[in-house]
Amino acid sequence: MLLLDLLIDQRKQWLLTVISSFTLLAAMLPVLMLGLSETSVRSMFDGRYVVDDFSLVIKGLFLLAGYVVVLLSSSHVEQGEYWRGEYWFLLLTSLLGMLMMASSRDLVSVFVALEFLSIPAYMLAAWRKRDAKSNEAGVKYFLLGVFASAVMLYGMSLMYGVANSTLLVDIAKTLTTTGDFAAVHALAVVFVIVGFAFKVSAVPFHTWAPDTYEGAPTPITAFLSVASKAAGFVALVVLIYTAFPASQDVWQPFVWVLSALTMTVGNVLALKQHNIVRMIAYSSISQGGFVLMPLAVAGLTGAESSALRSVVLYMIVYAATNLGVFAVILAVSAKTRSGEISSFGGLFSYAPGLGVLMTLFLASLTGIPPLGGWIAKFVAFQSLLQSQSNWGYALAIIGAVNSVVAFGYYGNVMREIWMRPVPDGDVTPIVAPGSLRLALALTSVLTLVFGILPSVGLHFADLAEIAGAITR
Amino acid sequence: MNMLQDNNWLLSVGTFLPLVGVVVLLLMPKAQDSAIKYVALVTSIATLIAGVYTALKFDYGQAEKLQFVVDVRWISVIRSSYLIGLDGISLPLYLLSMVITLLVVVYSLDHVPNPGKPKAFFVLLLVLQTGMAGTFIAQDLILFFVFFELVLLPMFFLIGVWGGEQRQYASIKFFLFTMFGSAMMLVAFLALFFKTGAESFSIPYLIENGADIAKTTQIWIFAGMFVGFAVKVPMFPFHTWLPDAHTEAPTQGSVILAAILLKLGTYGFVRIALPTLPDAAREWAPYIGALAVIGIIYGALGCLAQSDMKRLIAFSSVAHMGFVMLGISTLTSFGVNAAMFGMVAHGLITGMLFFIAGSVKERYHTLEIAELGGMLTAVPRLGWIFGFCAMASLGLPGLAGFWGEFPAILSAYNPAEGLNESTFRVFMVIAALGTVLAAAYLLWMFQRVAFSSAKTASSHSNHDDLHDVTTHEWIAWTPLLVGILVFGILPNLLFSVFEPAVRITLKVFGG
Repeated sequence: MLLLDLLIDQRKQWLLTVISSFTLLAAMLPVLMLGLSETSVRSMFDGRYVVDDFSLVIKGLFLLAGYVVVLLSSSHVEQGEYWRGEYWFLLLTSLLGMLMMASSRDLVSVFVALEFLSIPAYMLAAWRKRDAKSNEAGVKYFLLGVFASAVMLYGMSLMYGVANSTLLVDIAKTLTTTGDFAAVHALAVVFVIVGFAFKVSAVPFHTWAPDTYEGAPTPITAFLSVASKAAGFVALVVLIYTAFPASQDVWQPFVWVLSALTMTVGNVLALKQHNIVRMIAYSSISQGGFVLMPLAVAGLTGAESSALRSVVLYMIVYAATNLGVFAVILAVSAKTRSGEISSFGGLFSYAPGLGVLMTLFLASLTGIPPLGGWIAKFVAFQSLLQSQSNWGYALAIIGAVNSVVAFGYYGNVMREIWMRPVPDGDVTPIVAPGSLRLALALTSVLTLVFGILPSVGLHFADLAEIAGAITR
Repeated sequence: MNMLQDNNWLLSVGTFLPLVGVVVLLLMPKAQDSAIKYVALVTSIATLIAGVYTALKFDYGQAEKLQFVVDVRWISVIRSSYLIGLDGISLPLYLLSMVITLLVVVYSLDHVPNPGKPKAFFVLLLVLQTGMAGTFIAQDLILFFVFFELVLLPMFFLIGVWGGEQRQYASIKFFLFTMFGSAMMLVAFLALFFKTGAESFSIPYLIENGADIAKTTQIWIFAGMFVGFAVKVPMFPFHTWLPDAHTEAPTQGSVILAAILLKLGTYGFVRIALPTLPDAAREWAPYIGALAVIGIIYGALGCLAQSDMKRLIAFSSVAHMGFVMLGISTLTSFGVNAAMFGMVAHGLITGMLFFIAGSVKERYHTLEIAELGGMLTAVPRLGWIFGFCAMASLGLPGLAGFWGEFPAILSAYNPAEGLNESTFRVFMVIAALGTVLAAAYLLWMFQRVAFSSAKTASSHSNHDDLHDVTTHEWIAWTPLLVGILVFGILPNLLFSVFEPAVRITLKVFGG
């Protein structure tokens, strides 16, 4: 069962969109069946590869996000200068890496999964090879990504040196902040977190993101900003919960600073953007800060489970909403041939459906009830306050202020859509291709459902217990 | 606290009926203007019927209890539930929101502001109605928050799309201010939740347990709520969004903003902030009182400096809401009753004034007071209605405005136990001065706009536009005018509904 889930993806040498999307749906089946089955935890290789509820929920998320990305790509890919077969192959390989990531409970397999998902992504980012920007995107992403891997590997080797094991659970047993190797431990933990901070584009390790997002083909940008980012968070969560519980004194302040910086800097820079994709890039950096937020108190009594729930829920909701945003961007830019925010001017007057959907997605990202984003933000705040620590309160207030600032740029796009004239006076209605429509329908329904019936999302987020986590 | 659960479907129907209208509207092609208006009208009439039926079924003998209570699990993981109910405090405001929305819809039948798009316009109005009614019936903090926020986006678009010249600036400013307030409020709600044992978000539960929180903590939590509600009221110094939003908003937006939206803030103080955090309320009361009287004087001075009629009315809202907040800050049931009355009265009167401003703008194409004049000769009915409302607004006895202002001032003479009497008496004197200023700016405006000779400057000599009050306007305005008069003569109609609920809410203050 386990391998089937993965192997199906690997056989992706067929060249058709349809097949790749069906493959993803087919891969959902084993995930669902495992989810419904009685046994809660299955593990392989002495617990180095584990299928627990957490990994199942995350796998489901990746597969669904992957499916939407395929939908987004299908019309895009058909418009010339794309090598379809390779495109799908790389996309699915990267997805495979993510699926592995969700189950990896060992330093080596975490690292392998990370490379598995990253290397195809480097190539995909540079896919439009006659476009200098796309090349820049790929190279930047590659260089910084490799650098991050190197830093992380260094941290991991230190960790192995101390713990004498690569199994995360074993590391947790030996890793303490006291004793002879305290300094080495701290260094190792920080290095590993830095490595993943690159992946989730946390400030100050975010510099690659805007350029890469802008240069890469838009569906790939959607993929990077949602799935690849989520993979980074998954790895962080797994490490923090299974390997580092004892060294919370090291990572908590570190994550706190990362989170506060990430949401603030991301927001402030997003305010100044004129290009929609760059703006969304910065906004997704800032959203990443919100995901990190509860992790900053994850080691404190009372907040462990709610922080995990919050991270998972935030990723699910964020994935649905952000993919929706990209779907609208794709549909609109197919007509306007422009990436400027001003190209959205007057969208409501000639494409009311897209205008309203975009407004819904942006409002959800802002965190306005009754859309999905608010419950995600709410649960994150809840977890911070539950820790009943001053650090938590302070971060909650920083987060609250930031979520207001964020409206500055989300509102700006809404303003274009609703209140500005059409820039070039061309008001032919937009006819979105079927696959895009399906993607839009899927993401908007999810965004609404998560907001109005938050228990749906929370149910999945609550299921997501990591086997062998702190509590053990 | 015991609750009555009879007929508990009524509130949900009354609140969500507008959304049914929204769905119908969304399915209609946007070219069918008249059908769209018809659907919006029918929806808001049906909503009001549900509201009136609720008011008839309401047990006035037990106005202090929550009635029509529904308690269904909603988000069990965070212990929030769909808990709604209505008591004497919420009922009049709940009903007011429905009346105002209906009147606004009637008014809009032939006044859809530029740039048209009636479908989107009515959809937003109806969504707004759900948010407002929902806020007044929510008895769970999370539910309250959701409804409170639901109001933001429609208002943002109403101002931003259908507003005046500076609409984009005004709409973003409005949104950022209120959103900042509600973000702080949400953090405060969560803190309150955890400090009371993380059991429930239900307001009755929190009222029972909030008082046990340590005083310093209470003061901090209250600070968060204060920011959230004070921005909405708006209290000095958070009022700066209001003149912009009001001036730029279309007539309908201004009316709803003045009549209902501002009340969400004061209602929040009475319903949530005071009873859940009594110790903090006692500490904060003098400061709230001080800001309230600053608001009264500042608003009045602001009015005197305005040359634009609509902006003047907007500043007068700051002053009037100052009286409401002064009443609340005394923490006595007398003061809060006055405040509740002030909210309804202000809703009727200022809503009416904004309607008039809209009609003046439509006829004269300007709201510059200096360019208006001679309204009593050119459009006598409109002129007299305007005079009537100006009198009501300045607090003439016998009209509704009086019963909000005068008791609020009086209540400051004798604040609740534990509050410094002399401080509040100083407030009382200053507030009384404020009424003089109110008379000054309103009469001055009326004099310049209505008396003197008609200015027939070439810029607006288009006399075709100068028609008197139209039928739609009569239909939309009469209920408000009657309300102003009836509540002015028989204030007890409202006081008897508020009184029991207010007394129960404030029993922690020993008033």
